[in-house]
Amino acid sequence: MSSATDQHQAAREAASFGGMQARSGAVINTVSRISVRNLDFYYGTNKALKGIDLELPDRQVTGMIGPSGCGKSTLLRVLNRMYSLYPGQRAEGEVLMDGRNLIAADMDLNELRSKVGMVFQKPTPFPMTIHENIAFGVRLHEKLSKSQMDDRVEWALSRAAIWDEVKDRLQTSALGLSGGQQQRLCIARTIAVRPEVILFDEPTSALDPISTLKIEELIDELKRDFTICIVTHNMQQAARCADQVAFFYLGELVEVAPAAQMFTAPREKRTQEYITGRFG
Amino acid sequence: MPMEQPDHIVRSYDDQLRKLRDMVARMGGLAERQVHDATIAMVRRDAALAAEVVARDAALDQLEREIEAFCIRILATRQPMASDLRFIIASMKVSHDLERIGDYARNGAKRSVVLAQQPPLGSLNGFQRMSVLVQENLKLAIDALVNDDAEAAQRVWAADEPIDNVYNGIFREMLTHMMEDPRNITAAIHLLFIAKNLERIGDHATNIAETVHYAVRGDSLPDERPKADASAYAVVRPPE
Repeated sequence: MSSATDQHQAAREAASFGGMQARSGAVINTVSRISVRNLDFYYGTNKALKGIDLELPDRQVTGMIGPSGCGKSTLLRVLNRMYSLYPGQRAEGEVLMDGRNLIAADMDLNELRSKVGMVFQKPTPFPMTIHENIAFGVRLHEKLSKSQMDDRVEWALSRAAIWDEVKDRLQTSALGLSGGQQQRLCIARTIAVRPEVILFDEPTSALDPISTLKIEELIDELKRDFTICIVTHNMQQAARCADQVAFFYLGELVEVAPAAQMFTAPREKRTQEYITGRFG
Repeated sequence: MPMEQPDHIVRSYDDQLRKLRDMVARMGGLAERQVHDATIAMVRRDAALAAEVVARDAALDQLEREIEAFCIRILATRQPMASDLRFIIASMKVSHDLERIGDYARNGAKRSVVLAQQPPLGSLNGFQRMSVLVQENLKLAIDALVNDDAEAAQRVWAADEPIDNVYNGIFREMLTHMMEDPRNITAAIHLLFIAKNLERIGDHATNIAETVHYAVRGDSLPDERPKADASAYAVVRPPE
């Protein structure tokens, strides 16, 4: 791990982008984990993202909000190259992480996705045992002994705050878990491969209020070790979870600001109208 | 200039915010009237009017509770954001200021009942002048809230100085009366408290103005406001 940590540290120092000073005086972590520079994205001929510049601060939560079709999920799909699975979709510009452009043609996608994990709107457990759901992804990237793998499974499930609920049923099917448990299992599966960045695409929109709070609590806990980017339609959730919030509209990044400022006194009129429920 | 905003997608939310605005405007009008009538009662030595002012204060207290309960309901059900959130919080704060203003007016009215039984003590022109200035500021501050007018709020905020100047004059005048004849002390003390009440009402009007400025613009006015109340050091040398 030491070389990875060194790399991490070096990248952090290299990618410093200057303190974002909020009007309130709050300073957001100044070290960028991912830098999006002048990013355009196309679905065929349709331009879905227009000249996006955004920094994801290291080990902070960036919330992305905006009405449907504004491009926020598209940006998330760019960050781990999900779009590469579909012909006719392409990105132009730079998405820099550790000095490498993630959207370059020669990027190793398996390696990228082990560094940038993703959790989806609906829980997507594999039709396997709980243990195997976690071990499956790890095996793609690492060769571990059985006891090492057991340790990793326990670590991931513990970090995802679900270990106590499943430790006695690891060999039963994951499909028997509740929706909220399945979503935490998916988070465990994501962190099991030790990514640096976790992307959440509306992770709680299919969950009940209590499960939602558990996921939010978990996100708060995970940001100590991971850089997090969350797309949400729930404004209060963005206000609660995020350190900085980016507002997208019609493929443009309208405003990015510390969450406290964004929800009390946004600068842009379009942000103001959207978050107060006047359009969208 | 008031900031033009389109309506909310949910119309009943707009209705609620409009209702809240009306409630605060009504409370502001009532508070203004209390200050006005309390001053008239004092100047005309009208104990009956003074008693009316005292009795009417309950209506202000009631409105404050209604505004607070209504704000809490909106907060709980709408989860307001940005300008809406600031306006709702501002309404709550302003209703507290108005409630205190009502208390000061009532206190002045009570003292007027006593004053009416005392021999008249000099001219009350200073009081009338001070009361008019305070009422003007109060009215402008409430109008600023109702119209989302940050510039007007800032003017009110900066306009407290003349009130302080009149207050300083009254303070010295009352000291003089008391030094001339100890029999003046009862009336002079009551008048001094009334002047202090008016001065405090002026301060609450500037509080309201500060709150309105934040509600409309989202940032605060500076901590230091132009002030001229020097009565604290009227007969002693200020500490270095």
